[in-house]
Amino acid sequence: MSQLVFDPSKVMDIDYTKRTEYLEGLEAIKAAHMVLKEITYTPSLPDRGYNNRTLYVNVDSLEVTEKPVTQQMKDVFIGGRGFGLYHLWNAVRPTTRWNDPENEIVISPGPVCGMTQYAGTGKSLVVSLSPQTDIPIDCNVGGFFGPLLKFSGFDALELQGKSNKDIILFIDGVKGIIRLEEAPTDPVDSHVLGEVLTHMYAENEADLPNISVVSTGAAAEHSLIGMLNFSFYDRRRKCVRFKQAGRGGIGTVFRNKRIRALVIRGPKVAGDLNHPADPETIAKTGIKFHKEIRENDPHQCMMRRNGTAHIVEIMDAYDLLPVHNFQYGSHPDVHKIDSSYWQQRCTQLTVDGCWYGCSMACAKGADGLVLKTGPYKGHMVTVDGPEYENTAGLGSNCGVFDPDYLLELNFYCDTYGICTITYGTLTAFIMECFQRGILNKERTGGLEMAWGNAEADLEMMHQMARGEGFGRIAGLGVKKMKEHFIKNGWGDPQLINDIGMENKGLEYSQYMSKESLAQQGGYALTNKGPQHDEAWLIFMDMVNKQLPTFEDKAEALYYFPLFRTWFGLNGFCKLPWNDVVPANNSSQPEAHKVPEHVQNYVDLFSATTGIKITKEDLIMQSARVYNFQRVFNIRMGKGLRLHDAAPYRSLGPVTREEYESRAERYDKQIVDEMSLDPTGKSSAEKMALHREWRTKRFSMLMDAVYTRRGWTLDGVPTLERLKELGLDAFPEVVEVVKQHLS
Amino acid sequence: MLLVNEEPLEWHDGMTVRDVLCARNYRFPMLIIHVNDALILKKDYDTTTIPDGAVVKVIHLISGG
Repeated sequence: MSQLVFDPSKVMDIDYTKRTEYLEGLEAIKAAHMVLKEITYTPSLPDRGYNNRTLYVNVDSLEVTEKPVTQQMKDVFIGGRGFGLYHLWNAVRPTTRWNDPENEIVISPGPVCGMTQYAGTGKSLVVSLSPQTDIPIDCNVGGFFGPLLKFSGFDALELQGKSNKDIILFIDGVKGIIRLEEAPTDPVDSHVLGEVLTHMYAENEADLPNISVVSTGAAAEHSLIGMLNFSFYDRRRKCVRFKQAGRGGIGTVFRNKRIRALVIRGPKVAGDLNHPADPETIAKTGIKFHKEIRENDPHQCMMRRNGTAHIVEIMDAYDLLPVHNFQYGSHPDVHKIDSSYWQQRCTQLTVDGCWYGCSMACAKGADGLVLKTGPYKGHMVTVDGPEYENTAGLGSNCGVFDPDYLLELNFYCDTYGICTITYGTLTAFIMECFQRGILNKERTGGLEMAWGNAEADLEMMHQMARGEGFGRIAGLGVKKMKEHFIKNGWGDPQLINDIGMENKGLEYSQYMSKESLAQQGGYALTNKGPQHDEAWLIFMDMVNKQLPTFEDKAEALYYFPLFRTWFGLNGFCKLPWNDVVPANNSSQPEAHKVPEHVQNYVDLFSATTGIKITKEDLIMQSARVYNFQRVFNIRMGKGLRLHDAAPYRSLGPVTREEYESRAERYDKQIVDEMSLDPTGKSSAEKMALHREWRTKRFSMLMDAVYTRRGWTLDGVPTLERLKELGLDAFPEVVEVVKQHLS
Repeated sequence: MLLVNEEPLEWHDGMTVRDVLCARNYRFPMLIIHVNDALILKKDYDTTTIPDGAVVKVIHLISGG
């Protein structure tokens, strides 16, 4: 076993300041802007983490109003995702769908967001009704927009209505101006638009870091999987970079509203803008944590050097890296795209973060990529990433092991406004359908969607951006593609449903869950769909064997989703929680929860807001919002047991070759777990035994988890649970639940 | 024979904690290891030998996502 050590002498000799420029047409673009409405307001800075007001903008009627933040909002919903869900609940009806005018996009930073003394505090949460799932989706996103929104005076931004022309919303948090502009000739794709708008709205070069742009790209106009890019200005590279609110198609909602971009100009960021109740405790906690990162990260995950890509080779070693649409968990070519390669390719030697003061600094830039395809062919660009999810989704899951093609896929996903996780999973599904004859070149319009064919993969993405050909079908996502293929009689419906990796309409993120029952629940028994940000339990369950009983798994699926929900209420990034740990963590009780860091979060919240909480209060804060979101799903016609069903590929081996590739493991399970003898049985017979056993176990897990969460066996929060959480103060919430309890 | 995370692993004379990690291909950098309930620090992985019949727990911290 070798410990990965960074060797700076191997870094490629690329000038990280060099790239294609896009500012030539800026003046003409600016001249074409027409002011539709402009109002003035009084900028403010938060007090104890809150401004106590939010901003509402209707892009159709051009209404711009401030709304008060009530004490009840703060007590029950905290901020971030909680505020987003609260505003969205009040904006929509049970019949509202994603493309109705009343659907909203809500961006909220949370009370701790913007703090610069601790790592991972620049996050905001984006909430909307998803085009893919028809229920609320929430995305935790970096970049500067959220913190600058807060330092411009608002705890949330609600966007409602549908414009009939392309518009930009500009918030000047220094001068106190809110302006809606028609933007008829602006560039469409984010890497160009972000550069142009950042320079257009900055008053001078020193002002560039005070600008943040939210945008999407061409594919968001022609697909259901559009994402939002949140920009931040990289002073060293002298370019605009992005973090993504990826999941669930919020970029599609954004363009459906004809919003071209949101632009904010905030005040120069300083360490005291959040005006916390107890700055000394925040400073002390931050200093302790920065020291811990400096001393421990080089011996632990090397996040500062490698970012999340450090786990590519680890997932491969544990048979957990998705390969060929989640069929297999490892591949001999993974070394071509693992962190040892990205160490060379990510060219900036200094650490690299997406918000001030983040010493974990896991954002990575790959510079000097010359594009081979598409409308920017020949351009030299900087690509952010690749992070683990992009490498696994766009790479191994599709059999793409050429790192330059992987970077190009990553780049075009970003600039076109496509969620990389979703695109990876849907393309892997398409490639397996191609392998199994469900698709062929006639059905794909000539695209040879074979494993590893990056050129066909890229062409499908360009088609998606143009709204043409098979790319347009792919852009519907896995759920609707399954329906389309089955309706056309293109293959066995059961096989298509088994291998299409979606739950609730959202594509799975990039981990193999077949051998971890707890992770099967961590994906499927979620509020928004199968994203790993609720619970990542594979090591605890599959490797460590820490969760032997259904009750143990249920307890983990109670605690961790609630603990991680809390990051999104406050504006935290998850990574500093457990991608580095204190040197003495191993001797602490419940070391897997990283207790010292949990206490840090308790202290940071208390010191920011002045409201003293305990680690138990933290879980209760999350539980209120989590259960509210579950009831919201039920209100929208989903959120019940049947909607938590998982595709069989996530539970076990679907095909003979899958079974036979790990036959020793599966045969042993027949002996050990089912007390049967596999001798003399065909692969088909053994697969049938597994299917019965695994499906039954998943159903038993659902029972255990629902019980632990205080829900009925149909997945409905009970009235007693609502009362415990104080949600009985909301008659509409109680009414939704009552309809499902009779 | 050892029991490593509840699975048997063949033991050999002089077997160290590092040998167990190699045998199991446990490459994750943040581990908590107990041998017969005694915590083994990372600096001692190469030098701590494991007796035959020992129960070894290798807890991988969560990471991921």
